[in-house]
Amino acid sequence: MTNAISVSNLVKTFGRTRALDGLELSVEAGEVHGFLGPNGAGKSTTIRVLLGLIGADSGTVRLLGGDPWADAVDLHRRLAYVPGDVSLWPNLSGGETIDLLGRLRGGLDPRRRAELLERFELDPTKKGRAYSKGNRQKVALVAALAADVELLILDEPTSGLDPLMEAVFQECIGELKAAGRTVLLSSHILAEVEALCDRVTIIRAGRAVESGRLADLRHFSRTSFVVETVESPAGLADLGGVHNLHVDGRQARFDVDSGQLDAVLREVTRLGVRSLTSHPPTLEELFLRHYGDELHPAQAPVAVPGATR
Amino acid sequence: MSALTGTAALTRLMLRRDRVLVPLCILFAAGFVILTASSFQSLYPTAADRADFAATIESNTTFTALYGPARALDTIGGLTAWRTGSTLAAIVGLMSLLLVGRHTRAEEQRGQTELLRAGAVGRHAPLTAALAVAAATDVAIAVAGALGLIALGLPAAGSLALGASLGAAGLVFAGAGAVAAQLTESARGAYGIAGAALGAAFVVRAAGDAGGGGALSWLSPLGWAKATHAFGGERWWPLLLCVAAAALLAAAAFALLARRDLGAGLIASRPGPPVAGPSLRGTFGLAFRLQRGALLAWSTGLFLTGLMLGSLGQNAGDLIDSSKSIADVLTQAGDGNLVDSFFAGVLVLTALIASGYTISSGLRLRAEETAGHLEPLLASPVGRRRWAASHVVMAMGGSALMLVAVGAGMGLAHAIGSGDASQLPRLVGAALAQLPALWVLGAIAVALFGLVPRAAAAAWAALAGCFVLWMLGPLLHTPAWLMDLSPFEHVPAVPATAVAAGPLLALTAIAVALTGTGLVAFSRRDVG
Repeated sequence: MTNAISVSNLVKTFGRTRALDGLELSVEAGEVHGFLGPNGAGKSTTIRVLLGLIGADSGTVRLLGGDPWADAVDLHRRLAYVPGDVSLWPNLSGGETIDLLGRLRGGLDPRRRAELLERFELDPTKKGRAYSKGNRQKVALVAALAADVELLILDEPTSGLDPLMEAVFQECIGELKAAGRTVLLSSHILAEVEALCDRVTIIRAGRAVESGRLADLRHFSRTSFVVETVESPAGLADLGGVHNLHVDGRQARFDVDSGQLDAVLREVTRLGVRSLTSHPPTLEELFLRHYGDELHPAQAPVAVPGATR
Repeated sequence: MSALTGTAALTRLMLRRDRVLVPLCILFAAGFVILTASSFQSLYPTAADRADFAATIESNTTFTALYGPARALDTIGGLTAWRTGSTLAAIVGLMSLLLVGRHTRAEEQRGQTELLRAGAVGRHAPLTAALAVAAATDVAIAVAGALGLIALGLPAAGSLALGASLGAAGLVFAGAGAVAAQLTESARGAYGIAGAALGAAFVVRAAGDAGGGGALSWLSPLGWAKATHAFGGERWWPLLLCVAAAALLAAAAFALLARRDLGAGLIASRPGPPVAGPSLRGTFGLAFRLQRGALLAWSTGLFLTGLMLGSLGQNAGDLIDSSKSIADVLTQAGDGNLVDSFFAGVLVLTALIASGYTISSGLRLRAEETAGHLEPLLASPVGRRRWAASHVVMAMGGSALMLVAVGAGMGLAHAIGSGDASQLPRLVGAALAQLPALWVLGAIAVALFGLVPRAAAAAWAALAGCFVLWMLGPLLHTPAWLMDLSPFEHVPAVPATAVAAGPLLALTAIAVALTGTGLVAFSRRDVG
């Protein structure tokens, strides 16, 4: 399978700050690729290099078979982009902005445009300065989704959308995926990444720390349990594969390595189960395993939306 | 919590943000007065010299219009007040309205006011703090100017009156800026409204003073500033008029502020079209759409300025004696036709004003980049140079339109006054001779944008430099090489002299080279 995006050993410095420090990223044609990382990890910088807005200091970057810096204009005919912080011209209406961006790309299908406006419930007559953050994002999303392109680069496109609109967005990306388009989706909303993405790359301090199929990554993750038992569960601490055990009387909370599930569950049932809840390994746990140790304890739960799933 | 809670903290924040800008404003305004006085001291050291100079200008309506009525021209102080008072009062007014707008509507448009007001900050605190910063700047200009003149040995009363008249004019337009900031949602719109009020005040004062009686001048705050008669039997009560007007405008601004929501303007924004019209197509269509408002406002203002100055053309012939000293100071050497010399002189002034459009239009490149509008454009199939070229065309082509507007206004008024219809095309042509000089300033903005984007606003310093050289250069016996730095020095003094193609082509070549450098540098640098 050919790669829509391949980045190898990419370095970009701003003054003394090393924003990208040997980044590796490959996105296969036809996949939806999740691009994760904490604030300031270098996600937007990577995207700006991919768009040829800033130049790389070293490393190789290929986008749709071309050089994003030298072939910017030709490559941009084949991609659409939604910035993380959408800034609209204050005196242009949303409809005008959508049409302008569409015409720059060679025109857009009016039926598709009307359909997207309806699905996203966007009023195209408001002036740019009058839109809320979510509605500004919708303007950029409609402009990008109405374009007939091979690749979409989305930089936290739904951070201002309400849950209903988030669902519409996921639907639209699902359709694009079915049509064989490639999507690079930078996101903080892990539920969205889990729902949409085939593969993910997690970056930290300008380097990729984890990359692969979600199913494979989960293999290294853990399942969380809350159990109440007849006998004291304190002895679970001695079992291999049990982590983060918190015992409170007869109740225990703990995580189990996926490989040790069977052995641990046998031991739990031997103690006499009164109640048991578990939830599957989620991306946020994977995420927390890479970053949680450095997060301030009080911050950790706040930084992970959807942690109650 | 009172409506003023947090004012002191906000004032400190604004002064901290303006720690370079405000001192520069004070230095520019006070330095301008002091330099002018000291140069008059060396140019006309004796009362006899000054009397000779005064005789040549006292009866001339042209200079009365530009600089206000002459008074006590046999003294250094009188000359200084006459020469700097009106223009500088307008400049201090401009600084003040920009300062207020910058800390009120511009902050509100960007959302920073919302962040501040969500804290323990009262409703009136941001406006109060902005007015305090502008008022402090105006007072500092008044004090610094007065102290400088006293240090040169000028009479204390007159020095204080001249300084105070500048500060008082500033206060009025700080108030005007505060009102304008309540009216529109966009900072550009607010600057436009307050700037138009300042332009109207200048034109009304000029027309009133040129008209002889000066009754009309009393309608203009700039006329009140001039009416203090610094060094010519000081009158202090016109200063009270300024302070009262400033207080009324500020009160009006607070009343308007109480009637509107945060972020909203009193002039409600209307919904736009759901679909883009056929002209909003491509980068050039977008650049035109973004700049057409400025294009219309500037060209209208310049046309009216041209009309006003053109109507004075015939009067310039009243000047009895084409004295050498006048030619030195005010007009470039002509072939003896005073009307044409007058037009050649005022065309430079209007060209300097028009280059304000050229620079602000050229700096739209940087404004679009910092506002984040450039990123989505360059992520679409739009080449960097093509995008930049669209705004360069607006700046350079728009400059031609500005000069045509000046020339048309001037030519129309003079054609009617002189009964000679051929003056219209002649003065349009003469105005267009300034075009290469405007291009050079616009090209400096483009070059800075490409090479040192963070310092792109320094293009305004180039314009300020040209203005100072034009206004004070001859007085200060500025060395030729320094004068030659101003592109306006190289434009032939048409219509007083014949057009010389050489310097115009050289200026154009410099403009092309600078623009090209800027575009190439931009295509190689990081965006954002």
